[in-house]
Amino acid sequence: MQTLAALVCGLIFGWGLLISGMVEPTKVIGFLDIFGAWDPSLAVVMAAALGVTGVGFRRVAARQKPVFAAQSLWPTRTDVDAPLVIGAILFGTGWGLVGLCPGPALENLATLSPRVIVFVVAMACGMGLHRLWQGSRSEATVHQADEGTVDG
Amino acid sequence: MENFTPISAAIGGALIGLAATLLMLFNGRVAGISGILAACLNVRGRDIGWGAAFVAGLVLAPMMASVVGYPMPSPQMPDSWTIVVIAGALVGFGTRLGGGCTSGHGVCGMARLSVRSIVATAIFMATAITIVALSRHALGV
Repeated sequence: MQTLAALVCGLIFGWGLLISGMVEPTKVIGFLDIFGAWDPSLAVVMAAALGVTGVGFRRVAARQKPVFAAQSLWPTRTDVDAPLVIGAILFGTGWGLVGLCPGPALENLATLSPRVIVFVVAMACGMGLHRLWQGSRSEATVHQADEGTVDG
Repeated sequence: MENFTPISAAIGGALIGLAATLLMLFNGRVAGISGILAACLNVRGRDIGWGAAFVAGLVLAPMMASVVGYPMPSPQMPDSWTIVVIAGALVGFGTRLGGGCTSGHGVCGMARLSVRSIVATAIFMATAITIVALSRHALGV
C-alpha cells in the first residue's frame, strides 16, 4: 500500500509541477531573473504549496501514526551548520545555471530530451559522490541519513 | 510581467502541497525529491520501493496528462553540454550536502517553519538569482 500511495503522490506532485509551469526551466529562470522580464509565478506556487502543506502537516502531526507506516519520520534537526549553507550555495548555483531542480529534472525525463538525461545522470553522480564522501567519514552518518534526520 | 500566470501557479502549487501532505499522511515521509532520489540510488538502502514508485509517478504524470490533451512542453536547456553536466552535478551534490532541495526544504521544511529549511531556501534562492543576474546581465552569456 505504501508503494501505491507513493505512486499517487508522485503523480499529483508531477501534475502540480506541470500545471504550475515549473517543469519548464525557462519559467523558473523567469522567476530568478529579477533584473529581466520578471515572472513572479514561482512565488505564487510556493505560497500555495506552503499554505496547503502548512495546514495539512498540522492535521497529520495530530495523528498517532501514518495510515500505512509504523511511524512518521519528521525531520528532527534544528541546527544551522556549514554543510547546510555550503550545500544550499552549490545547489543554488546549479539551479540558476539551468533552471532545473530535482523534481522537474526527473519529470522532464518523460520528454526524453538528451540534455535532461545528461543533467539527471550528472545529478545522480553528484549524489553518489556525496555518499562516497560521507561514507568515508563515518558509517553512522550514512545510516542516520536514511532515517529521516535529514530534511528532505 | 507578461509571463505571470498566477491562477495556474496557485492550482499547481496547491497540488504540490496536497501531494506533500498525502505522502506524510499515508507513508509518514517527507516529499523531498532529492532525498527520495538519493535513497533510491543507495544500493545498500532498504525499503526503497515507495521512493521508486514516487519517482515513477513524477515521470508518468506528464505522460498521462498528454493523453488527456495536456502536452508537456519540451524543455529549453543551455546549448553548452559542459554547463548541463556541471549544473547537474552541483544540484546533486549540493542538495545532499544541504539536506534538501526546493521540495524538501522549500515546501515541506518551510511549512513546518524549520529554521534549517528557511535558511537553506533563502540561500539557494539568493544564489540562483545571483547566478542568473551574472550570466544574463553582467556577463551577457
